[in-house]
Amino acid sequence: MSIQLDEAYYSLLHELQAIDFVLVELQLYLDTHPNDAAALQQFNQFVELRKRVVHHYETTYEPLLQFGRSNMPVSSWQWIEAPWPWQV
Amino acid sequence: MWIYEKKLQYPVRVSKCDPMMAKLLMEQYGGADGELAAALRYLNQRYTIPDKVIGLLTDIGTEEFAHLEMIATMIYKLTKDATPDQLKAAGLGPHFAAHDSALFYTNANGVPWTASYIQAKGDPIADLYEDIAAEEKARATYQWLIDLTDDVDLQDSLKFLREREVVHSLRFREAVEILKEKQSEKRFY
Repeated sequence: MSIQLDEAYYSLLHELQAIDFVLVELQLYLDTHPNDAAALQQFNQFVELRKRVVHHYETTYEPLLQFGRSNMPVSSWQWIEAPWPWQV
Repeated sequence: MWIYEKKLQYPVRVSKCDPMMAKLLMEQYGGADGELAAALRYLNQRYTIPDKVIGLLTDIGTEEFAHLEMIATMIYKLTKDATPDQLKAAGLGPHFAAHDSALFYTNANGVPWTASYIQAKGDPIADLYEDIAAEEKARATYQWLIDLTDDVDLQDSLKFLREREVVHSLRFREAVEILKEKQSEKRFY
């Protein structure tokens, strides 16, 4: 199955990248400020948000992780079918 | 262990074929202050750094591999449609002779990456100061690279990477303070 690299694809990918940016920032911040309750709360909030967006992305397009880490059942081996990050 | 996620950390778009810029970007691929050096430096230092800082070195080291993939994507996209003549005109003739269009871990001058670019002293302050310096040198390199291109799409991705170096430097500075606090605590026992 080939995926349609249209506006909707880039929009959803961008949404995921934006959420992940927040999570990377908070991850590094918490590494040096582990007792910041507000940051912990924000981290948890974005983890929940990420789950929903990842589910949407993976069911619409392709798995993001290999070795069985993606939370979607496999009906065909999309991992090698869909384009790679430097190809989109 | 590590698991690969099939997406870039931040979008990489280029507006034209530009092998000359690709050559310059190799400084951040396989250069002394590049992303490969950064990832390998931090992930190697983390085994002997005090526990309070292991998480930071692990996470920043991991993020550096995401940056390495972004730089690779830039180089790939800037050269994929270039002819051998265009590569030669951009100073990539020697690269093409050895690697065709394949990427390779060299700096902008074609010098292969070497472990002598990085250090692990086993002294936490020495290691963290090296890490801070590496981030500042990478930040400066990104600024020169932004100044060297008029491709606004490429500049956008490079600006993202420049800002990440600023954040990493800040976090490493905080790590130094955490270790200093810990050292001064011990004197009271």
